Amino acid sequence: MQHRYKNNLGLWGWLGGGRYGADRYAYALHRLSGLGILAYFLMHIFVTGTRVDGPEAWESAMHFFENPLFRLGEFLVFLAFLYHAVNGIRLVLVELGLLVGKPGLPSYPYSHSVIRQRPVLVVAMVITAVLVLFAGADFLFLTK
Amino acid sequence: MSTSKESGKMKTIVFEVLRYDPEKGGTPHLQEFTVPLHKGMTVLDGLHWIKEHEDPTLTWRSSCRMGICGSCGMFINGLPRLACTNQITHLHSDRVVIKPLPNFDIIRDLVPDLESLFDRHRSVKPYLIRRDRIEQNSPTREYFQSSEELVNYIQFAYCIKCGLCLSACPTVATSEDYTGPQALTQGWRYLADTRDEGTEEHSEELYSKHGVYRCHFAGACSQVCPKGVDPAMAIQLAKQAAFLKSMGLCKDKPGAPVTPPIDNWVSEKEIPKPPEPTVARES
Amino acid sequence: MRESRLWFWHILTAVVILFLLGLHMGIMHMGTLVQALGLGSTHPTASAEVFERSRQFFFMITYIALLGTALFHGLYGFRSILCELSLSKTLQKAIGRLCTAAGFALFLYGTYVAVRVFQMKGV
Repeated sequence: MQHRYKNNLGLWGWLGGGRYGADRYAYALHRLSGLGILAYFLMHIFVTGTRVDGPEAWESAMHFFENPLFRLGEFLVFLAFLYHAVNGIRLVLVELGLLVGKPGLPSYPYSHSVIRQRPVLVVAMVITAVLVLFAGADFLFLTK
Repeated sequence: MSTSKESGKMKTIVFEVLRYDPEKGGTPHLQEFTVPLHKGMTVLDGLHWIKEHEDPTLTWRSSCRMGICGSCGMFINGLPRLACTNQITHLHSDRVVIKPLPNFDIIRDLVPDLESLFDRHRSVKPYLIRRDRIEQNSPTREYFQSSEELVNYIQFAYCIKCGLCLSACPTVATSEDYTGPQALTQGWRYLADTRDEGTEEHSEELYSKHGVYRCHFAGACSQVCPKGVDPAMAIQLAKQAAFLKSMGLCKDKPGAPVTPPIDNWVSEKEIPKPPEPTVARES
Repeated sequence: MRESRLWFWHILTAVVILFLLGLHMGIMHMGTLVQALGLGSTHPTASAEVFERSRQFFFMITYIALLGTALFHGLYGFRSILCELSLSKTLQKAIGRLCTAAGFALFLYGTYVAVRVFQMKGV
């Protein structure tokens, strides 16, 4: 009897970037931030829905979310949004084939689309970092 | 060499190779071998040395030992690579950890089961499809194609089906349904070929639920491709083409016609004659 | 092709969300910047401000548009992730249907809220 060994990487395959390029990490982070935003958004629909019952209901809902733990969670969702938005702009451009270059004759040393769009990834990450720093300052300032 | 251990005069390097015996089953384990290192030695040379001197049961698949056949794809020091085109010293480590390609079943030791790769490859109908089957099966002449049109797909035609991209792809890691970077690239290779008339046939798999839209540009496939095929680019170009077509910005062109017979053909320059033989022929 | 159309909407909604959510987040989270520029306030969640915004026609329309586009974009993305898990064909189909149903239900609920609050008389 011959046994085969199943060697699929599974979830770790997309979560773990391993020794692959920065784009692979950007991909995993994009998904995680997307899932985080979606979870918050679905909850957000119901929380903001309390407006229907008038200002008192809204105030009590807001009062419930006033504790620092929720404020921190909300801030993390905001950071996820910043990353997802800026990286998303890059992905839209790339996936519409705008930054990947043109096919050519393969001559050594090989270049490829991922290298060609890498500067845009760097710029996107710098913009995200600046926005995160600003948002962080804003967050600390507001919660005082 | 600073990257290898010195023992006496002979430089050596430690190979850690994943072993799996299909008769016993169970979990694969790493086995260590110490291999003498010489200049220009590839990972594949190291495996050959082990099989000759240490353990004849060590099994892997290789053939051309020059990056043409695509048999010796392995997971070497954390990245899928061809064992034959990677020199040990270029890995910059005194340990070489070799595992079979992930995302494929292990048949034995370092031998992955590439059947899923070929199934995926077949699903995009990777061959020229013409409406005129009679002309295609018994051609009278060649189809017209300019060298500019050739450049649109020739890069993707260099695929050697080694399976490295499928090992690197995060979507393939979780999805058995995904068509995968290799097959999608081959699908696009025929869509981009001006001689092809099978747009519908190739598109069926390419733009299905498990086609190009399951690629999210993690970029690992292009990073590990040993032939510069750049699957990530092919997939994005396929998305772009579908987008432009749906916006009415580009239309399907008819397949390239068969070249008409040329009468009285004269070469622009005179064709040079072969040089005189340098060795006298025996009479 | 169906999947192509869904994906184009995914991209299109992404662009729309970028502007609408940018506006939303600018008001809600970049309070200091917005105020430094002489616009808005630092207490965007105070009930008086919330209800004042909700009764403006512009904000009602924006809320509904953001709700619709964000639901599609989010749920399509969610379906994508689940579709990549080698689940059975029936389960995948069920997930697709469930996402569609949830999307419509939440859109109707959110639209109802936005319109009701828009119609409310002075608080």
